[in-house]
Amino acid sequence: MALDPIAARGDLRLTRITKSYGDFKAVDDLTLTIPKGSFFALLGPSGCGKTTTLRMVAGLEEPTVGSIHLGETDITTTRPYQRPINTVFQNYALFPHLTIFENIAFGLRRRGVKDVKEQVDKVLNLVELPHLAQRKPTQLSGGQQQRIALARAIVNRPALLLLDEPLGALDLKLRRQMQIELKWIQREVGLTFVHVTHDQEEAMTMADTIAVMNEGKIEQMGTPADLYDDPETAFVANFLGQSNLIKGKVDGNDGDNLVIDLFGQKISMPKVRSHAVDSSLYAGIRPEKFRISRTGSALRGNTLTGGHIEDVSYIGVSTQYVVAMPWGQELMVFEQNDDGVPPFNKGEEVVISWEPSFTFGLRGDEDIEAGTEVNPEENEE
Amino acid sequence: MSITVPKVRVPYLLLFPGFAFLFTFFILPIVNLAQTSTQTPIAGGDTGQYEQSFAFSNYIHAFLDNREQFARSFIYATLATVFALAIAYPLAYAIAFKSGKFKNILLVLVVAPFFTSFLLRTIAWKQILGEEGFLVPTLRNLHLLGQQTTITSTSVAVVAGMTYNFLPFMTLPLYASLERIDPRTIEASGDLYANGITTFRRVTVPLSMPGVVAGTLLTFIPAAGDYVNASILGSPNTKMIGNVIESRYFKIVDYPTAAALSFTLMAAILILVTLYIRKAGTEELV
Amino acid sequence: MSTKIKDATIPTIPFKARLSRWFGRNLLRIYMIFGFTYLFIPVAYTFAFSFNDSGKSNLIWKGFTLNNWQNPCGAPQICNALGNSIKIGFLATTFATILGTMIAFAIGRYQFKGRSSSNLLIFLPMATPEIVLGASLLSLFLVFKINPGFWPTVIAHVMFCISFVVVTVKARIASLDPRLEQAAMDLYANELETFRRVTLPLVAPGIAGAALLAFSLSFDDFIITNFNSGTLITFPKFVYVAAARGIPAQANVIGSSMFFLALAIVIAGQLVNRRKAR
Repeated sequence: MALDPIAARGDLRLTRITKSYGDFKAVDDLTLTIPKGSFFALLGPSGCGKTTTLRMVAGLEEPTVGSIHLGETDITTTRPYQRPINTVFQNYALFPHLTIFENIAFGLRRRGVKDVKEQVDKVLNLVELPHLAQRKPTQLSGGQQQRIALARAIVNRPALLLLDEPLGALDLKLRRQMQIELKWIQREVGLTFVHVTHDQEEAMTMADTIAVMNEGKIEQMGTPADLYDDPETAFVANFLGQSNLIKGKVDGNDGDNLVIDLFGQKISMPKVRSHAVDSSLYAGIRPEKFRISRTGSALRGNTLTGGHIEDVSYIGVSTQYVVAMPWGQELMVFEQNDDGVPPFNKGEEVVISWEPSFTFGLRGDEDIEAGTEVNPEENEE
Repeated sequence: MSITVPKVRVPYLLLFPGFAFLFTFFILPIVNLAQTSTQTPIAGGDTGQYEQSFAFSNYIHAFLDNREQFARSFIYATLATVFALAIAYPLAYAIAFKSGKFKNILLVLVVAPFFTSFLLRTIAWKQILGEEGFLVPTLRNLHLLGQQTTITSTSVAVVAGMTYNFLPFMTLPLYASLERIDPRTIEASGDLYANGITTFRRVTVPLSMPGVVAGTLLTFIPAAGDYVNASILGSPNTKMIGNVIESRYFKIVDYPTAAALSFTLMAAILILVTLYIRKAGTEELV
Repeated sequence: MSTKIKDATIPTIPFKARLSRWFGRNLLRIYMIFGFTYLFIPVAYTFAFSFNDSGKSNLIWKGFTLNNWQNPCGAPQICNALGNSIKIGFLATTFATILGTMIAFAIGRYQFKGRSSSNLLIFLPMATPEIVLGASLLSLFLVFKINPGFWPTVIAHVMFCISFVVVTVKARIASLDPRLEQAAMDLYANELETFRRVTLPLVAPGIAGAALLAFSLSFDDFIITNFNSGTLITFPKFVYVAAARGIPAQANVIGSSMFFLALAIVIAGQLVNRRKAR
């Protein structure tokens, strides 16, 4: 008979997965490979399909079309309890009627494992909560419950560990701490983690590879640096951090660089960093790459003149400026307060400059508002 | 959200035994009752022998002969419901908002009298309010009650008994819906310049309406068909439709009339309940 | 600029105002005391008169005695009636709880055609006056030439208890987080194991509550029982019939015992819950 799915190991391959509810496609023709042993993040706003994808991998939903493979084994239609995959749920889903020990032992017992106590103790030590073994979940704090939920999944040494926004309910400091701990645990134990989140900072902190999802499709996939420094769509540019997107026209070549005309002012950018398909494009620059100087200063790289400071926000580590440009657009500039120079004032006329190689180019027909909406914390279900 | 179960038949399998039971012992009897209600006695046969004659006139006779008892049943039931609501609402409110850590104990105490047989309680009232108790002679001595007037054997006693017996049915749904009110909405009302009475009128009462509807239904429906209170605490002058139906089954054997009366009672209740629910707003009652 | 408050007098509220304020704050609490007293008057009366040295008819207080409590089955038929009530109660509770729980799971957990009609069917018996329920069942039994008695009574009790069981268990099921069952499946429990180890333990308190409710409804039922029991005597029937000539004090003993027993069970249940949560 075919290999028992529970023994499957290897890379996770999603091939042309679609999940439809009537006319609505929650996940739209998704193809993805998650390499064994990596920390992978599925990032996107509420409703983008990331949780649905996760649930299909776990077996809690069935894809309408497409297949899921773990290594060589096809697990598309196997039941959740037949898959060597465990999930850390968003609200932890600890069994309220069982002790912490029994919660963690649950999966082991179902699988008929013999040395239950030893394994549970080991994993409790890993999450540093050995003293809570006999308590009930309702007696634990949110952070403790989160770690127990993790322990309960890890103890089974699954081929794949799925995390469904597990840090959402924690306060900021605890969340930061857990991000570091989760990363450490993943390296320690060597499992493949698939982390679903809408928090781009979280994804960038923890993951080796991020797939940005929007409306059921993957917009772009790569390392955090790749996605941040070289976004391919407006959605990715706006969803990860912030971007200034300026409409422009390609006006010629200069060796390996393109010359771009932005509202009458000329800048240059490397050809390889442009994803435009024709002569119209959006030039994108991250706010922290901009430098602000007084009009008349000697400057290197690209420059844009004629800007006036509209707003100044002093954040401590940095100062954020909103600069109104002559063509009506407002640009965001983040300057580090690292040289003791006092910030510029509202109304001052300034010049913006930056290193040309930091520029990225997006297609001219992109919706530059994509990815900028403020998303309320809501459940995808 | 339920997990997709491969066997679509599971719910039907689960439902089957219970529903088969209900069908046999609830639907079928009601249908049979309908059928009996249009029968007439077989001429020359023994008592209890009937033949189907589609005598819808049974209904007319039954209703006309007993319209006094019908009216009385609905009046008593309405009064009992209103009184129960008046007594239970402050009680439920007090338990929901003013009882602190005693909440659970108080809830148990509301239901506790229920644990003594309701007949024993009703008979206890009969004896307390009767000639042999100490209340009536005392009231007579204080000249608050005439020498000839009794408390028992009057409609007052019957309504009082019904009110008392159905009090838990009214209190619990009221409590449940009052308890669900977020206390912060009450605080918000105060923050927006409403005093205590206005807050009660415009915030608390509307939010407790589901409980009021449920409680009044759970009280009125059984009260309309009750006959025990009338029998123990009342007199032949306080006969309710329940008493008539009972006697038509056991004393004067007249099944068609009894059946017709039962159906009329059920129909009347259904109509009233439907009108009431429509007016009060459709709720998911079950 | 500092102000000397040391010598200022703290204004006192006049006694009358303080009294009315106290009343305003505690009005509801006072009402509660009256309300509960009213609820318990007949219970207290029943309890008090269980100590009456009354002989056959327990109408006037004749003297204090413990005889009734020492000899609760002294009155003829009374323990027979009690036994019947308990037997019927257990049987009806068992069947009603099983059937009702199954229905509750079907309606509460699955989407299927006819779900709303099922809800309606469950609601109907609760909306039908007891007299109609009892009379219609009697008619049916007569048609099939079944004499009223023990089993017809059990059937009747199951019938009117099912709806209450369904409503109670359904409420408990609704409050169950479906993610717990998903977590169980994720942790290698198949459907049956998930039900056994997660769903059932979590729904159990609801089922227990429903069973308790069914038993109380069955034990205390008079009207439906009256129609379907024929010559069989249950405890409520006994009391009703005895009311004419005089209820023996032993009935008071039994009534009071039921009260204390039920109270003890409920309080024990609360304590168990509280300890489980700790």
